Order: sequence, then C-alpha cells, then structure tokens
Amino acid sequence: MQDNVLVIKDIVKTYGGTTALKNVQLTVKRGTVHALLGENGAGKSTLIKTLAGAIQPDSGTIEYDGKVYNGLDPKQALELGIGVVYQEFSLIPYLTVADNVFLGNEPVKGITLNSKEYYAKTKEVFNMLGIYIDPKAQVKDLSVAYQQMVEIAKTVSKKVKLLILDEPTAALSDSEVAALFGLIRRLKSQGVSIIYISHRMEELDEIADEVTILRDGEYVDTLQVASCTKEMLITKMVGRELGKHFPSGHFRTDKVVLRVKDLKNKYIKNVSFELHEGEILGFGGLVGAGRTEVARAIFGADYSTGEIEIMGRPVQINCPRDAIRSGIAFITENRKTEGLIMTQNIRENITISSLKKMVLGRLGINRKYEVKVAQEYADKLKTKCAGIEYLVSSLSGGNQQKVVLAKWLLTESKIIIFDEPTRGIDIGVKQEIYQIIKNLAKEGIAIIMISSEMPELIGISDRILVMNSGKIAGEFNAECCSQQQILEIALPEKIS
Amino acid sequence: MKSQSKDILQKYGVVSILIILFIFFSIKSPTFLSVGNIFNILRQTSVTGIIALGMTIVMLTGGIDLSSGAVVGISSIVCSYFMVNTGMNYVVAIIISILTGCLVGIINGFLITYIKIPPLIATLGTQTAIRGICFIVTNGYTIYGFPTKFSKIGQGYIGKIPMPVIIMVITLAIGWYVINKTKFGRYLYAIGGNSEASRLSGINVNLRHMMAYAISGGLAAMAGVIELSRLSSGQPSAGVGYEMTAITAVVLGGISVSGGQGKFSGVIFGILIMGILSSGLVMLNVSTYYQQLIKGLVLLFAVSVDQILKLNLLSRNNRIRS
Repeated sequence: MQDNVLVIKDIVKTYGGTTALKNVQLTVKRGTVHALLGENGAGKSTLIKTLAGAIQPDSGTIEYDGKVYNGLDPKQALELGIGVVYQEFSLIPYLTVADNVFLGNEPVKGITLNSKEYYAKTKEVFNMLGIYIDPKAQVKDLSVAYQQMVEIAKTVSKKVKLLILDEPTAALSDSEVAALFGLIRRLKSQGVSIIYISHRMEELDEIADEVTILRDGEYVDTLQVASCTKEMLITKMVGRELGKHFPSGHFRTDKVVLRVKDLKNKYIKNVSFELHEGEILGFGGLVGAGRTEVARAIFGADYSTGEIEIMGRPVQINCPRDAIRSGIAFITENRKTEGLIMTQNIRENITISSLKKMVLGRLGINRKYEVKVAQEYADKLKTKCAGIEYLVSSLSGGNQQKVVLAKWLLTESKIIIFDEPTRGIDIGVKQEIYQIIKNLAKEGIAIIMISSEMPELIGISDRILVMNSGKIAGEFNAECCSQQQILEIALPEKIS
Repeated sequence: MKSQSKDILQKYGVVSILIILFIFFSIKSPTFLSVGNIFNILRQTSVTGIIALGMTIVMLTGGIDLSSGAVVGISSIVCSYFMVNTGMNYVVAIIISILTGCLVGIINGFLITYIKIPPLIATLGTQTAIRGICFIVTNGYTIYGFPTKFSKIGQGYIGKIPMPVIIMVITLAIGWYVINKTKFGRYLYAIGGNSEASRLSGINVNLRHMMAYAISGGLAAMAGVIELSRLSSGQPSAGVGYEMTAITAVVLGGISVSGGQGKFSGVIFGILIMGILSSGLVMLNVSTYYQQLIKGLVLLFAVSVDQILKLNLLSRNNRIRS
C-alpha cells in the first residue's frame, strides 16, 4: 500500500487584507511526482514557502511522515528532508561545482578543506543522479540547464525525502528537459517524493503521477494525470474555457524589411536570413544554440561583423541606440534584468526610450504629454495596473511584459524581436500576448520570435528557422512541420 | 505601492530631523536664531551644498565621487596660481579652474566606464593623486594676494544676502530642474536603477556616466572657487573631507546608496541639516574631535535608514508577488 508522505490540510495564509491561501489542501503519495498547477498568483509560491518554512501559515496543519505540524521553520524543514529548488538559483558563480554542492556543509580535515573528499563526494552524488558535470568547473561557465542540475544535486545531497521543484523547465530547451526528467525519474526510483511546479502542461503527462490545481489561493481539484486532458486542466486552472490556443492569420508580404548577411561573432557563425513585412519569423533550437545571440548581434548589444540591411539600405549598428534609431526593438528574455528598471514606475519605463519625443521643443520633459502618452499605450495593451505611477515591480509578469512592449511600440519600431515572450507568464495573459503579436504583424510590423516552447513556436510563426551550435541549421514553413522535425535538426549531432 | 511612498517617508524623516536640530540649537544658543546667523549658516553651507548637488547626480547613477574634496583643493590652487603668478584676469582663472574640475570628473568617468574600476576605488585614487598635485604645485605653501573683485564672490553681499548663498540657491535650482525635468535627469535614475536595461533601451550609458562625473567635478571646482574667495588664500589642503559631508547630506536626503532612487528636494534638507549641525556644534564649543565623531555617526545613521527602508520595500514587494 502506498502511504502519504505529506498531507496538508486547510492551510490559510493572509497578508494584510489579501488572502494568499484559502483552505488549501495537498496530499503527496510517497515516491510519486505530484504536479502543482495554477496561474501566477494562484498561491503556488506561498504554498512552497510554507513547506520550506519560509513563512508560517495562519491556520491549518501539515502532516509530514506521520507527524503533524502547525508550521515549519527553515531549519526544521531541512532536517525533515524537505528541499526546495527555486526558480532563481542560489549558486555562487565563481566557485566550483563541488564548492556549490557542499556550500555550508564542507567536508574538512582539521581546519582545512578536504578537497579530495570534496570532489569524490560530488562525483558520488552526480553518479547517483546520472549527471555528468566536472565538479571542478566554475559554475559561471555552465549553461542554465547544467546550473539547474547542480542546484538539484546541491539540494539532493542534503538527503531530501521531499523535493520541491519550482518551474524547473522554465529556462530549459526540450532536450535539456528530457535530461531533467531522467533525473527526476531516477530520484523517484530512489524513493524521493517530488512536488513539481510548472506552467508547461505538455510536461505533466510525461513526468507527473498526480496533479493538484490551485486557483486564486484556493484548492480546486486533485486528479490522476493519466485520466485527464490538457483542456480539462486548463479549464480548471483558469476557471473558464479558453477556446482556440493560438490566434490565426498570416500577414506576410513580399517586401523585405530586414536582410542579415554573414552575421558572426564568437557565439554565432555566418547567420543570414531575410525578414518580410508582416511576417512572424520563429527561431527554434536548444538553449545555447545562438538564438538570443543572433538577436543581440542584430540589436547591437553584442559586437558582431556582417551586413545588415533595413528596407534595402545597409545600416551600421554598433550599439542598441543605433538599432533603435533604425526601427528595431528587442524584448529580452530577462524582463527584470534587461527589460525593465524595477525601481521606476510604469510611466517612466514606458517612455524611457522615447524621451526625445516627450520634450516637445522645450528644455525639459513635458510631464502632461508624457502621462497622456504612457497611459494611452498602457491602455492599448490592456495592462492591468492600479495606475501608471505605480512601480513596475508591483505588476505581475504578464503585465510587466506588456510594459516592455509598450515601451517599444512607443518607439514606433518596424522590427520587433521577441525573446521568449511568454516565459513565466500565466496562460491567460499568454493568449493576450499571442494576440498582440499577431495584431502587430497585421499592422505590418516584422517580427522575430525566439521560443523554446515548441507549440508556441509552431502555432504563432509563419516560418521557422532552427539554429544549432551557432548556425542556422534548417528552415520550415510553420504550417506543415512537426515538433519532431524541428527537434531532429536542433539536437547536436553525436552529443546526447 | 506608489513609487513615492518611500520618498515621502524619508522626506518627512529628514524634515523632522531638521526641525529637531533647529529647536535644539535655538534653545542651547540664544544667538542661533538671528537673521545674521541664519545667513552665516547658509553661507558656510554653500560650498558643501554645491558639492552635494554633483554628488547627488553621481550617486543617482549608482556611483560615488570621493574626489570632490580634492577637486576643491586643486580648483583653489589652479585659480590662485593663475591669478597671482601670471596675473590672469580672475574670470578667466575661474573658468580654467572649473574646467580643471570637469577634467578630473572626465578622468573619473573614463576610469569607471571604460576601465571598469569601481567608483569608490577610482575616485579614491584620483582624490589622493590630485591632493598630491596640490602640494607639489604649491610646495605646501599658501598662495595670497587676489584682486579685490575676486573676494566679492565669497565675501560680498547682495542686499543682506551673502553672495555664496545666492550662487548656491541658483545652482541648486538649476540642479533641481535638470534632475527632475530633463531627459538627462531621467536617464540618471534609469541607469542607477538598471544599467543594462538602460543600455538596451537605447541610453548611451557610458556618455551619461562621464557627464555625471564631469558635472560633479565642475561643481566641486566651483565650490572650490567660492571657498578660495571666502578664505582669501589658496591652501593645498582646502576641502579635505568635504566629500564626506556632501555624501552624508545626499544620503540623509534620501538618495539610495545603490542608486536610482530618491528625490533631490530631500537632499536640500540634507544639506541644511549638515550646515546647521556643523555651525551649531561650533557655537556650542564642541571640540573638532567630537564634531568628526558626530558627523561619522550621522552618515552611518543615514545609510542605515536607507538600507532598512530598502529591506522593508523588498519584503513588501515579495508579498505582492507571492
């Protein structure tokens, strides 16, 4: 008989006036993968924090391994074998992999570090998990996927019995996800129970046994993954039918807006392609295949050589300023670090790239006009906010993305590069973003969309370029290609 | 949460400190409240006040300028050297000294943006080197004998108001406008808030950094000219420690040490607090040793408040997200 490792009952947590969790329950069977599903703000993070001991619930009980607790503290959680791998890694970039795995738990010989045992122990953990990373490598040199694995190894090395993974695949490409799933299965076979949080519903079939759905801080349902469809889950998550997944329509014309020839730098090799007016050109491939690097090179964020023509005219782009002047916009994959200035308000973030237009022949900025324009663009994209004078950090991920987009629409860009436009965004807002992208194409704007989510890539693009090891390895018409076809080209030869 | 709430809290905080100090010194010393003394305080404040404006600009970008005090020194020396040793017209000499300050700022900016030296270290280096130049040029001696017209800048009055006060008020007013109303001002906040996002938004981050340091250097040099005129002697050690007073005023005023946040209006109160504090302590015959101790503690206090507010802000944001 399978017993329960964790039974959470009637957990309530309120912050000031807002209720983050309302009588939430969750039962995790020993040795299973239990998915936790819900939109941003559904209460997943709060629930995890409760388990990690970072916050104390107002009421309710946590039954773990047969013992009942009213709340945990961080040390207690660790001692009980509850480990959490958060979305943001807590690795120290300039230390080695082994240093990171045993941080705060270093094997010592007298007062010096026992470096032999260090590396041996790390190897041991890695072998157990089936990870092949050099323990002596510096963490900063690893790809995101490997960093994630180090993070998991670090948590697992503390002898966890319940591992919580918060959106582990958000930054991974499909093959890396496969490697991660291998790791999860191995842990499961070793008797570790796993709570798995993800926005990607496709993954649940593959990895999870059961799924619990939360909505607006409330418990909705717990289901066997095998017995439910994606549509069922979405309906339960959102509380309404979502209709068709991707907006349709193709607006590509024959006019070439952007021509890139032999673009190269240390990340990319001789990249050439054309982008048409009204076209949505998808860039597929693994993380690290050079997609973001192509975007950064075109945008002048990184040094590169090669020819770039816009509207038939050759242009010299040495810095983002030049690119913006030529009508290019770049919506980066990291909203918080590259897209927004979190210490400023929504208005300031929207107008930052267009302040020249706000001066209106005066010495200083015309505040009235600025407010008007910022409000107009925020409204145009249906940004949900209490007002444009509020800090941009108070917005949800989806609405922050809209602010970034508003900034670029205000610059009247003709070419917009989206890098992972829906990462970390709830499914409801995702739909809106897709619609916005389509609408922009309809208006004649040329769009490059980099995405690691295959359905999104195929569903939105007109044409898809697949990159592999810094080169364009293949091209597809999005209407007649499959995920399988794209993956075959995206996967590096011989290495797997 | 509105972006202003932290500013409001800090502004009220800084205003109440100002009022408390004011009341305290008025009670302790009967002459403190006289119009003459108020103007006297303002006149003494003008030098560090002008430096504090430059410091605000630099600190908004997330930097710091430790060379300000040394720039006061070099500017005094350059100005007096040209006036006395070459008999140069004092206006030209002033312009040259201010340009010298700008040059030091440009060097700071170059070291920080292109060589990527942390601002604290870069400006500490220039501070030390420039102070060295002051002593080399003068051989450690003081320079005397300026045109009487030149003395008017630091010692003259328009009506009842001392000249330095007028210069400070005009400078700070222009500074307020630039910081709050112009593109440049907005860019300072943007760069201090997130330098990479600013660059990707099309801001010429390096240029703005250079400008910020050049302005800071120029303003410090201007303060140096006022100081020189007020003292009527060019001393190689002029302005020692002024950067600390300016930094304290800026942080008291609510400019975040990590850049990107805070209002210049708060800094004006910070400047007044520092002015009242130093002249008040002098009036109460507090020894200079204790004055130094008190000023250090005030700086630490101001930075602590900044950090604590930031922690609160962070945890509140977390709550919204979770």
